[in-house]
Amino acid sequence: MKHRYLPLTEQDKKSMLSTIGISSVDELFNDIPEKVRFKGEYNIKSAKPETALMKELALMAGKNADLKMNISFLGAGVYDHYMPVIVDHVISRSEFYTAYTPYQPEISQGELQAIFEFQTMICELTGMDVANSSMYDGGTALAEAAMLSAGQTKRKKVLISSAVHPESRDVVKSYAKGQYIEVIEIPQKDGVTNLDALKELMNDEIAAVIVQYPNFFGRMEPMKELEEVIHSHKSMFVVSSNPLSLGVLTPPGKFGADIVVGDAQPFGIPAAFGGPHCGYFAVTSKLMRKVPGRLVGQTVDEEGRRGFVLTLQAREQHIRRDKATSNICSNQALNALAASVAMTAIGKKGVREMALANIQKAHYAKKVFKENGFELVFEGPSFNEFVVKLSKPVKEVNQNLIKKGIIGGYDLGRDYQELEQHMLVAVTELRTKEEIDTFVNELGDYHA
Amino acid sequence: MHSQDQQLIFEMSQPGRIGYSLPELDVPETDLSELLPDEYIRKEEPELPEVSELDIMRHYTALSKRNHGVDSGFYPLGSCTMKYNPKMNENVARFNGFAHIHPLQDESTVQGAMELMYDLQQHLIEITGMDEVTLQPAAGAHGEWTGLMMIRAFHEANGDNNRVKVIVPDSAHGTNPASATVAGFETVTVKSNESGLVDLEDLRRVVGEDTAALMLTNPNTLGLFEENILEMAEIVHNAGGKLYYDGANLNAVLSKARPGDMGFDVVHLNLHKTFTGPHGGGGPGSGPVGVKSDLIPYLPKPIVAKRDGEFVFDYDRPQSIGRVKPFYGNFGINVRAYTYIRTMGPDGLKAVTEYAVLNANYMMRRLSEFYDLPFDRHCKHEFVLSGKRQKKLGVRTLDIAKRLLDFGYHPPTIYFPLNVEECIMIEPTETESKETLDDFIDAMIQIAKEAEENPEVVQEAPHTTVVSRLDETLAARKPVLRYQKI
Repeated sequence: MKHRYLPLTEQDKKSMLSTIGISSVDELFNDIPEKVRFKGEYNIKSAKPETALMKELALMAGKNADLKMNISFLGAGVYDHYMPVIVDHVISRSEFYTAYTPYQPEISQGELQAIFEFQTMICELTGMDVANSSMYDGGTALAEAAMLSAGQTKRKKVLISSAVHPESRDVVKSYAKGQYIEVIEIPQKDGVTNLDALKELMNDEIAAVIVQYPNFFGRMEPMKELEEVIHSHKSMFVVSSNPLSLGVLTPPGKFGADIVVGDAQPFGIPAAFGGPHCGYFAVTSKLMRKVPGRLVGQTVDEEGRRGFVLTLQAREQHIRRDKATSNICSNQALNALAASVAMTAIGKKGVREMALANIQKAHYAKKVFKENGFELVFEGPSFNEFVVKLSKPVKEVNQNLIKKGIIGGYDLGRDYQELEQHMLVAVTELRTKEEIDTFVNELGDYHA
Repeated sequence: MHSQDQQLIFEMSQPGRIGYSLPELDVPETDLSELLPDEYIRKEEPELPEVSELDIMRHYTALSKRNHGVDSGFYPLGSCTMKYNPKMNENVARFNGFAHIHPLQDESTVQGAMELMYDLQQHLIEITGMDEVTLQPAAGAHGEWTGLMMIRAFHEANGDNNRVKVIVPDSAHGTNPASATVAGFETVTVKSNESGLVDLEDLRRVVGEDTAALMLTNPNTLGLFEENILEMAEIVHNAGGKLYYDGANLNAVLSKARPGDMGFDVVHLNLHKTFTGPHGGGGPGSGPVGVKSDLIPYLPKPIVAKRDGEFVFDYDRPQSIGRVKPFYGNFGINVRAYTYIRTMGPDGLKAVTEYAVLNANYMMRRLSEFYDLPFDRHCKHEFVLSGKRQKKLGVRTLDIAKRLLDFGYHPPTIYFPLNVEECIMIEPTETESKETLDDFIDAMIQIAKEAEENPEVVQEAPHTTVVSRLDETLAARKPVLRYQKI
């Protein structure tokens, strides 16, 4: 077998077999019982040379309508944002992407420092004291927040707003089942968490109340009022936030959140059909030793030089084993690096400018929709998303839009019975005035 | 700041410098106070860096030089399969039609992506010998938990509510018991015998009506094939339990033995190990799970199906354990794994395992003269040595690992598995040449000699890295987890 990834020559093989003291490689597999031994080769597609396979896969990729060649108004948790070109150059440095977990800090200072910087930036944006090195994604981070809350409060019920991303809610429910935690949904009213309903559901058995800010419909939650109700019952205030929005919005930490999670996808991470993205997890200092996943801390070496290590590992599964409250072992290091580079490039001034541009452009789009006779529901202060009522099923509308090179918004009817024929529209800083006008124009016939 | 400290990006920051190029605001601007109530408007700016594009590139280039990857040098980290990450995979994953598609687009606009997922599922089904595969779990531990939740759902659907225990060997990966706990189970440990394999008598003792599953890595974490696998499967199945395969070590048995043929009911794979998804400094990974037919109803939803030549997401799965992750898994990593499988083909994958195992046995034999070999038999893709002999000379396994850094190597996994004293766990992988193995062996021999003749040089290692040993106690006692401007 000659292959560009397999360097052993026939001569190598011979000499190695002789060192081992055997005559064929097969002998090394004699311990596999005859009955379970696989004979022959897998019945899978045969190997293809580099160029031919690249072409085949390029054609396969070409069958997809991508966000670069089309104009997207689709958000719902994954957004088409400005991605500084430099991001891909940094994460393509193979010292980063071909490394593993920084178990040997002396030769992993680059990764460790990059993560330390990531943790700092997440703290800055969320207004929290401590952030970890990242989670799989925003959805599983939210589930981990629910589990942490239950462990911390020793309570077994969690309330989650129905204005939280539906897929994240599903993930929270799946995880909760594992831990015998009951999840109860708080209904939304006018597109925000229904405070009166929350007050009725609230009691001293509730471990946490989970909301999203800005929420799934793009709206601001009544953060002050939520905090009062939640903390009066000594429950945990868990907030899922789009970190870009926090460039201009008051951070959840200022509103008294105990745990803030979300996905850093808006910062330099491609949509990639839903993953890999980059969950983040931030807490108050009180919860520092309860954070799931990995944490990087600063220390010194024998000569007093600054250095970084994985720390507070006593929390981690590989020591606690069967007492674990989380089983997360890896993080999304490379995507956390991408997010760090993007947050660095966009920077202190840019993050505000970019967040503001989202608000301004979404506001303009809302105005154009209304001027053209569309009905907006759940109207009120919002970030970069809003809901438009249509006269036809959203799926049908989107299938027509794609013919014009437009990827339409999200079909809310998939998750909310009462919102059939309602489209969740996302307008990021990348959409131009002309694109917005075209979009509304193409939707011309569909206003309800 | 020490004069040799690497600057933090925040310390390079200068007000007025920027590193971005945002689109113009081409819509009429509205005063923010008209758009947002005052309580929602941020008052203090987040302290993100203010640096130029060149500053950023220099900073991260400097950091990258302080990091060791597979491309920097040999990385025989046991149980992690640090093989070469093909560059072609990276190019394919960056095609616009893969990197820049939205998970909630209409299915008709993402047929190519769904085709790739479907075909990857089919390939993994054949490779594992299972009946169906989900690509949703994001990593190995996530796959473990997903598989265990399915096993729980299976038992519960059968009214078997007392199956609360998951058995794991004492040599198991630490994630196994953690995943079992998070999935609502209690963990029971089964002992290894003197040959390093699961003790069948002990297994018979611990199984029972409360057994939900046995989690097993085969070959195990000592790199040894569990030869009694069929007996073990019988013991567990007769007790009504399920057999779970931790796919961390699949690189050892490609085309040699399939989990499905060994009696396993659930399998998770680590696509970032066996199938070359880059490790990324700790992630992202991808941890697909394969199951036998009786567990198919419990798979997370949706799964990709093919109907009348069209690919669809099947959500109509009433017994599903639900969603374990938003969207469909780490698609970008799955694209890389698919590219790799298609690059290697059936003969290539067979050679992968043969060379991985040959490399490991060659190293094991050559090193066994200088280090204790606790289990003297052919290994699979990895093997463990014990640093007992060196410990008597005052040189610990940790010292040996640190000394290897001076030779430009990433050390092996150390102090794992827990059942071997002063454990050194070496996994060379198939992509390393004999010359690389020989050079590493020479370094290990030299260290063994140093331990006898000049132990200080080992005990005080590393000598050549950008920092020396770091004070981990200080880091844990006085945690500094973020930068703060003084």
